[in-house]
This record gives sequence, C-alpha cells and structure tokens, in this order.
Amino acid sequence: MVEKLAISIEKLSKRFGDLKAVDGISLQVKEGEVFALLGPNGAGKTTTISMLTGLLAPTAGKATVAGFDVAREPLKVRQNIGVVFQQPSVDDLLSGRENLEMHALLYNVPAKGRRERIDEMVSLVGLTARQHAKVREFSGGMRKRLEIARGILHHPKVLFLDEPTTGLDPQTRQHIWKYIARMSKREGTTIVFTTHYLEEAEQFAERVAIIDHGKIIAVGKPHELVGELGGDTVELRAKRPEEVAAKLRRFKFVRGVKVNGNLVRATVKESHRNLPLLLKSLSGIEAMEIRPATLNEVFIKYTGKGIREDAAEGGFWERMMDPNNR
Amino acid sequence: MGYFDGVWAIWVREVTVFMREKERVVSAVVTPLFWIFAFGAGLGATVEIQGMSYQQFVFPGIVAMAILFGSIFYGMYIIWDRKLDFLKEVLVAPVPRSAVFLGKMLGGMTDSLLQAVVLLIIGYIFGFVGSFGAFLLAALFAVVVAACLVSLGLIIGANMKSPEGFNLVMSFVMWPMFMLSGALFPVQNLPPYLNVLITINPLTYGVDLMRLALLGTTEFGAAVDIVVLVLATLVFAFVGTKSFERMQI
Repeated sequence: MVEKLAISIEKLSKRFGDLKAVDGISLQVKEGEVFALLGPNGAGKTTTISMLTGLLAPTAGKATVAGFDVAREPLKVRQNIGVVFQQPSVDDLLSGRENLEMHALLYNVPAKGRRERIDEMVSLVGLTARQHAKVREFSGGMRKRLEIARGILHHPKVLFLDEPTTGLDPQTRQHIWKYIARMSKREGTTIVFTTHYLEEAEQFAERVAIIDHGKIIAVGKPHELVGELGGDTVELRAKRPEEVAAKLRRFKFVRGVKVNGNLVRATVKESHRNLPLLLKSLSGIEAMEIRPATLNEVFIKYTGKGIREDAAEGGFWERMMDPNNR
Repeated sequence: MGYFDGVWAIWVREVTVFMREKERVVSAVVTPLFWIFAFGAGLGATVEIQGMSYQQFVFPGIVAMAILFGSIFYGMYIIWDRKLDFLKEVLVAPVPRSAVFLGKMLGGMTDSLLQAVVLLIIGYIFGFVGSFGAFLLAALFAVVVAACLVSLGLIIGANMKSPEGFNLVMSFVMWPMFMLSGALFPVQNLPPYLNVLITINPLTYGVDLMRLALLGTTEFGAAVDIVVLVLATLVFAFVGTKSFERMQI
C-alpha cells in the first residue's frame, strides 16, 4: 500500500523584500503523522505555516496540503485544516462559547451534535465555567486554550499548531498534548506543530525537522537524530586545554573534540561508564559539565545555539560564571 | 449551504459586537444630534430654505450623514480585527471571501439601519418626520444608501494596513463626501466645479432619497437616485470582494 502524503512541499520560498524568510524548503509529511518544526525565533516556521494555511502567498515553489495545491485551491485546503495560531486569534468581543459557535458555522460542523461537540471542546480545555465570559476578560493562557479548542472543533484532517502550548502551565500542556496525540491516533489526523519545548517534540513528534535561516537543516525521528550525536556532550574547563584535548583524542569512545578558549567540548559515548576512565587520566580540570544527548543537543549542533536564545537557558557552567549567582 | 452559513456567521458576529459595544451606538447617534440641535438650530435662527425651517431642511441630510459616518467607520473596523488577530480566523476559514464580504456588508447595513432608525425616532418625536409612512420609507431608503456606503467603507478597510490612515480617510473621503452631498445646502445654483463633485458623489443621491422620503422634495427623482446608488453598490461590492480576496495577514 502506498502511504499517502498529507503535506508535500517542493522548493517553497517566501521573500519579504530582501529577506528570504523561507528559502526553498522541501518536505513531506505522511497522513496521520505527528510532525514538529523546530527552529530558533525568526527561522521561518511561522511563515511556512502561514503559506501552508493559505494566509500568505508563496514567492516560489509549490505546496499541497491534504492533496490540494495551496495556491490554486486554497478553499479546498482550508476545508481540511485546522489552525492554532501563535498569537491567539479568538474574537475579544465575543464570549468563549460564541467564538466556538461561529467557528462551527464557518467550518460547516453539522448542526446535529454541534452543541455536544462544543461542550466537549470547552471541557477539554477546562473552560466550562468561563465559557460565557467575554474573551476580553480571559487571561493569555485561557485564550490559548480556547484557540486550541477551536482549532480541533471541526475534526480537521491536518492540524497546524504554531507554538500551541507557550504560556500554558505544565499540567495543561500535558493534558492538551495527550488529547491531541489520542485524536491523531483515533481520527488519523495529521499534526504539524512548532514548539519551544523540545521535550514536547521528543515526546510527541514522530518526526522533526530543524529549520534555521529559512532552510531545513535536518529531518528525522527524534531518537535517530539524538543517536546521530553519538553520545553525551562533555564540557571541561582546563588550565591547559590543548593538552587535555590531545589526551581526549586518544580515546576510542571520544569524538568531536573542540577547544574554545579554556573550554574543551567533546562527545563521549556511554559517558556513565567512560567518564571515570577519562578523569583518571586527565589533570588540571577545573570544572566539568555533562549534557546528556537530547534533542536540544541536536538542535545546538545544527543551529549553533539553543532554541530559546533569549531565555537564560544556561546550564551549570553559565550559572557558575554569572557574577550575580556566586 | 456552507456559503450562507459563512455569511450568517459573520453577520451574527458583526451585529452581536455592535449591540454589545454601547460606545459605538451612543457616539453614532449623539454626533448627528449635535448637528441637528446645535448647528441646525443655530443656523436655523437666521436662515430659511425652500419655505421651511433650516432644521427641517437639514434633518434628512443628517440622517444620510449618520449612515455615511457609520458605514465608513464600520469598514475601517477591519483594522481592529487585524490588530486583534481575529482577522486570521476569518481569512483561514473555508468560506469564499465573497461570503465574508457579503456577511460584513449585511452586518454593516444592519448597524447603519439601526442608527438611522434611532435618529428617525428622535426626528419623529421632534416633528421632523411627518408621518409613519415617511418613517418607513426613510428606513427603507436608508438600507439602499447603507448598502452603497458600507461597501465603500469595506474597500477602504480592506486596503488599510494600520490605523494611521484613519485621519486621511476622514479628511479626503468622509468630510468631502458629506460637505459636497447637498446635505447642508440645496445643490442648485452652485459653481460648476462644485457641481461636478456633487454629481459624482453617491451620497448626493442618498441625501436626495432621504429628502424625498421625509420632505417630499427631490432633485433627481427616486428612479435616478436608486439606479445610481445600486450601480455604485455593485461596483463597490465587486471591488470590495476583490480586495477581500487579496487580503493577507
């Protein structure tokens, strides 16, 4: 059986003046797949989603969603998708429930069962008690939850979620992700999402694409990408870094040794067993940090920076060096 | 049925919001009242036109003005939808943009009609509306005028990118349309350059219709007024739909 594609992107580009926001990306997402787009701020994730949902016209390239060309058959595309925007786009002037009712009309949700469906969505996101209040009085988190409820209300075939859980508390995040994962299983919904929380991608995405400067730089299953790293990252601060680096290179289980100032960074296979061996043979080590292989390390490897560059995501090392924190 | 569900959804939204935003309703009615009772009474103390008091003469023009301002403001509210990001929800919905336009147009017409009716009731109380028949006819004509002006307002709103253009629209669209419509003075015996502007201004025909309903006088005749307004509405609605189709975030 041929696997059907929910999304197929070929050399898709979007320019804003001189800026290439999206620079010739190609990508395929299978039907029923849960797919994450990861990248630093300004990498082109939102622009890509805007083009796939027909909100922005591509400058070049082609994309089909649910089998329909986004440029030529935008209406057909829109009949098959749900979108949860990064900036909540719920109507301030209506109540929570009115927002969902309007959405149900716009998306042709059958009148029979409409009310029950809205009840179900409202309770899923924990807004039953506040559903009749005006959205203007909602907190940021409540808006976000309402937005999510609206995005899945009409059983879309492909669901786009642009940072759906930013600003939500961990419990709500878990709750919503579990529901979305279950829905994807039960209804075969294809999910494409972006997130700042890499552990969400690791936990829920079947495949991820890392995107930076408008280009896709890595695609794969999270554990495969993590596996490609070949071990945990170890950072050593040494008096004589070159000497330490030279010693490290002799070990079979050490790869990718790099020196940066008095910092030595290396990838160590099975660090829990091999690290004691290493330390016995090294001298003049002042400090050490071990970062277990995660998607975050993959991300840093490809983009050269953490996913939340503006948040103080510093590990032990940065905290030690921070004068306010000694 | 999807098409009309979409039109209906947007109409319901617009009217709900309008009824809920008391500030919008109040300001829409208070400004015209100033024109009638301050300007109209003040000037009326010294001026008489076509054998009636100036207030009497100016009332239909002020009703037309209320429809003009209400309709154009309404169109420009799209800017707020954009600011609130709500516009994205509508743009991404599986509804043809023409349905979005139609829903918005009907919503705006409803708002304008409600405003006009409030003014007509006040006019009825103060004797500017002669009979119930005149009241009904004026309300009916108000719908025709509003269809035209709301469509124009929506063209402006769809093409505005930020609220900064607001004053430009006030200066270059709303005030000229109002001043050169014959709302404040009769359109006969004016210099030719003004005549050209007045003739191409759709509001001129709206004012004429209102005057026909409320005073029984007309410059062009009901048929000409209605044909001009309907044609203008069709042109504006066509351009407006195209503008909606081009709208991106």
